[in-house]
Amino acid sequence: MYAPRRQSTRQTTRQTTRRLSRPLSRWPGRAPARGLLTAAAVAVAALAVLPAVYLVIRAAEGGQATAWDVLGHARTYEVLLNTAGLTAAVTVGAIAVGAPLAWLTVRTDVPARGLLTVLLALPLALPSYVAAYAYVSLLGPRGLVQGWLEPLGVDRLPSIYGFWGAWAVLTVISYPYVFLTVRAALRRMDPSAEEASRTLGQSAAGTFRRVLVPALRPALAAGGLLVALYTLSDFGAVSMLRFDAFTRVIYVRYGLIDRSAAAVLALLLVVLAVAVLIAEMRTRRAAAAHTHAGARYVRTVPLGRWRWPACAGAVAVFVLGAVLPVAVMVLWLVRGIRAGYAFGGLGELVLNSMQAAGWGTAVAVVAAWPVAILTARHTTALTRVLEPATWIGYALPGVVVALGLVSFGARHAPALYQTMATLVVAYVVMFLPLAVGPIATSVRQVNPAWEHASRTLGHGPRETFRRVVLPLSRPGVTTAAALVFLTVMKELPATLMLAPTGFSTLATQVWSATTDNFYGRAAAPALTLVLLASLPAAALALRDEIRPGRSGTAAGDRATGLRRSVRGTR
Amino acid sequence: MRARGATRRTAITGLTMRGLVGTLVLLPAVTACGSDDADLTVYSGRGESLVGPIIEQFEEESGLSVDVRYGNTAEMAAQILDEGSNTPADVFLAQDAGALGEVSSTGAFAPLPADLLDQVDPAYRSADGDWVGLSGRSRVVVYNTDRLTEDELPETVAEFTDPGWEGRIGWAPSNASFQAFVTAMRVLEGEDATRAWLEAMRDNGTQVYENNIAIVDAVANGEVDAGLVNHYYLYPKLEEQPDLPAANKFYGGGDVGALVNVAGAGILAESDATDAATRFVEFLLSDTGQTYFATETSEFPLADGVAQPEGMPELASLTPPSIDLAQLEDLSGTLDLLQETGVL
Repeated sequence: MYAPRRQSTRQTTRQTTRRLSRPLSRWPGRAPARGLLTAAAVAVAALAVLPAVYLVIRAAEGGQATAWDVLGHARTYEVLLNTAGLTAAVTVGAIAVGAPLAWLTVRTDVPARGLLTVLLALPLALPSYVAAYAYVSLLGPRGLVQGWLEPLGVDRLPSIYGFWGAWAVLTVISYPYVFLTVRAALRRMDPSAEEASRTLGQSAAGTFRRVLVPALRPALAAGGLLVALYTLSDFGAVSMLRFDAFTRVIYVRYGLIDRSAAAVLALLLVVLAVAVLIAEMRTRRAAAAHTHAGARYVRTVPLGRWRWPACAGAVAVFVLGAVLPVAVMVLWLVRGIRAGYAFGGLGELVLNSMQAAGWGTAVAVVAAWPVAILTARHTTALTRVLEPATWIGYALPGVVVALGLVSFGARHAPALYQTMATLVVAYVVMFLPLAVGPIATSVRQVNPAWEHASRTLGHGPRETFRRVVLPLSRPGVTTAAALVFLTVMKELPATLMLAPTGFSTLATQVWSATTDNFYGRAAAPALTLVLLASLPAAALALRDEIRPGRSGTAAGDRATGLRRSVRGTR
Repeated sequence: MRARGATRRTAITGLTMRGLVGTLVLLPAVTACGSDDADLTVYSGRGESLVGPIIEQFEEESGLSVDVRYGNTAEMAAQILDEGSNTPADVFLAQDAGALGEVSSTGAFAPLPADLLDQVDPAYRSADGDWVGLSGRSRVVVYNTDRLTEDELPETVAEFTDPGWEGRIGWAPSNASFQAFVTAMRVLEGEDATRAWLEAMRDNGTQVYENNIAIVDAVANGEVDAGLVNHYYLYPKLEEQPDLPAANKFYGGGDVGALVNVAGAGILAESDATDAATRFVEFLLSDTGQTYFATETSEFPLADGVAQPEGMPELASLTPPSIDLAQLEDLSGTLDLLQETGVL
């Protein structure tokens, strides 16, 4: 579709570049357009910090006494250390699992590469509460596995509760964030630096350490950030596995309806999240000079006799992250069927889940654009504040975000309260960064020179956006949509508090059946939920697989080749 | 090669876009179903499988339409407080007297008619007359019947600190019912005795669980021999797996281990459907409503003259500790104690 136009556009771009005597502004819009963009981005960010504002109000309500009471408690710091430790350990674990698997499925001749890629993305579809419950019933001291080992004289397995249990479960379900980001980076990477390194006498290991790892740092940081904040805000796994992280302690406070103390604790969680964000931004900035984007295909690394062991290792990760939890759910289903439960009403739940996730995704993707463009194109003091601001909702536990929006919604927008609109706003606040990240990455890869060309040829900023930036950023939009969609499907606390009254989704149905103790009834909606969420998860992996690395027709490759040529002329 | 890759990509992207557009077109049509026009909005801190059927029955018998929002009792109480005067809720169904007391203390409930309150023993309703208990839930010890007989369990829960029980008991310190039980112990036996008991239990290797269900599971599969829970968790488990080796021991003699808490209801002061709300609470206290709780949720009916559930002792025979449920309000004191003793 683009092919016939390519040559002429490239020539035009060169001419444009030469013609421009002033230095290239990175965004070709005029001041009013940029002003509008900034206003939109600020509005989105303001929405995203609402829960934090709510927390400040609630914390202030308790007065200084409550704040000092919480802050003066030695246990608060114990929980802080617990949470920081778990976050660090899960992030390291997810990188240690996800990054090698990405390399394996992009760069080597491991058998069934395409299939492995899809399978390894699937743990994203599992809600943490489902995975954790499955592991407890499987590997608990007297769980299913112990039952099978009973004849061998094993009457109790070592406890999986606490730090290591929570670490293991969170790692096996969150590594796909690293896996997918590193895969995308590997596929975009220019192999020439590695080849140069080998030519200059570096060993394979030296090249890996000195060239590959530094070039992958931004991707590792981006994936690591998603994992770290996922861990910070997770409640399902830490509560099932009885580890005292912030979310669990905050939940207990809400259980006592001690909202001020809970708010103080949640603000500490915000501080922790900001610390993680600053660390990530530092890494990204330090590594910015190393990013490459290649137009050529890389030689596949032959694994030799390690082909099958490597494949088995990857399959083992898939089994831990997806097969075992799903198998336990199937077991519940069988029990449920034996107990004679009816499984009617699934159709409506599916429709409701799709509807909520569809709206949430559509609005989150639209809202992400202004922030994505600003952060990708203009690094100013404002964007340095805007970007972390949009992450706050993602880092906070769902119940905190939900209560914040309950408070604002019921008081200031009663007409919209508990309609689909407030629910969608909640989803946007919680999951905006999942949309901003991929879109910003795609926008960064669109050469500004193309936009200049469009402007020179007489298109306005809007037309340029529609005809140049939007089509070239489509891969980012698809990734964003898939990520937000599957995450919204799994969301629980905000859906419970803010959905229209009487509106049930698959997630609320799973919750409802499990709180009432009917695990047999939870199985059917849980399995349906995982199945539906695994479609976008698979799409994420597939899209990445299909985007051709060799041909150079991919948007990013074209744009980058062009950028290099433009820089050369400057 | 290139062309093929590009075509596949375009096809996939096209499909995604078409799916997205399709969803967007479809959505507004479906959105219309969210409604504010029901006669009554109930916030239920009790699950759908527990109270859904009886609410449907109320709709059929009264001809009124009811919208129900389900959630966790404590989170819903927080939600009602955060909604303030704009709360859409007409009735709050809670499964813990503490949450009802918390909402009541902010003045968010309207007073209930005296004839409605009078159906229930004063021990199981608000002294201010703005919430009423609907069903009773007793603390019990659930035990593994392969490992123990009922006689082998001690006569009071205080004795689980005996070294003979080391590592064999489960409890759920983050659970609201457990905390109500500890609050009761503080009221009945004093702060120091409660602290000593908690520390002794902790030192005796008592196993921590997330909730009552997890304890029943752990007892049934032998992870621990016995656990401190509410009585009704066991029965649905037995329904799913009839051969489960677990049974309840009900305590008595005023032991704090026999505390009876309530699930109850209050009508919001801001409600514009007070009549419908009152009819709803009346229905839940009627023979139909109370028989439902007795048979379907395995709880104790609280209104006078309704039959007790089968296979369980009479509520009247239980001799729970004499305590005003309103005294169970001081949950933050309990939380502090649980944290200081390192139990929570």
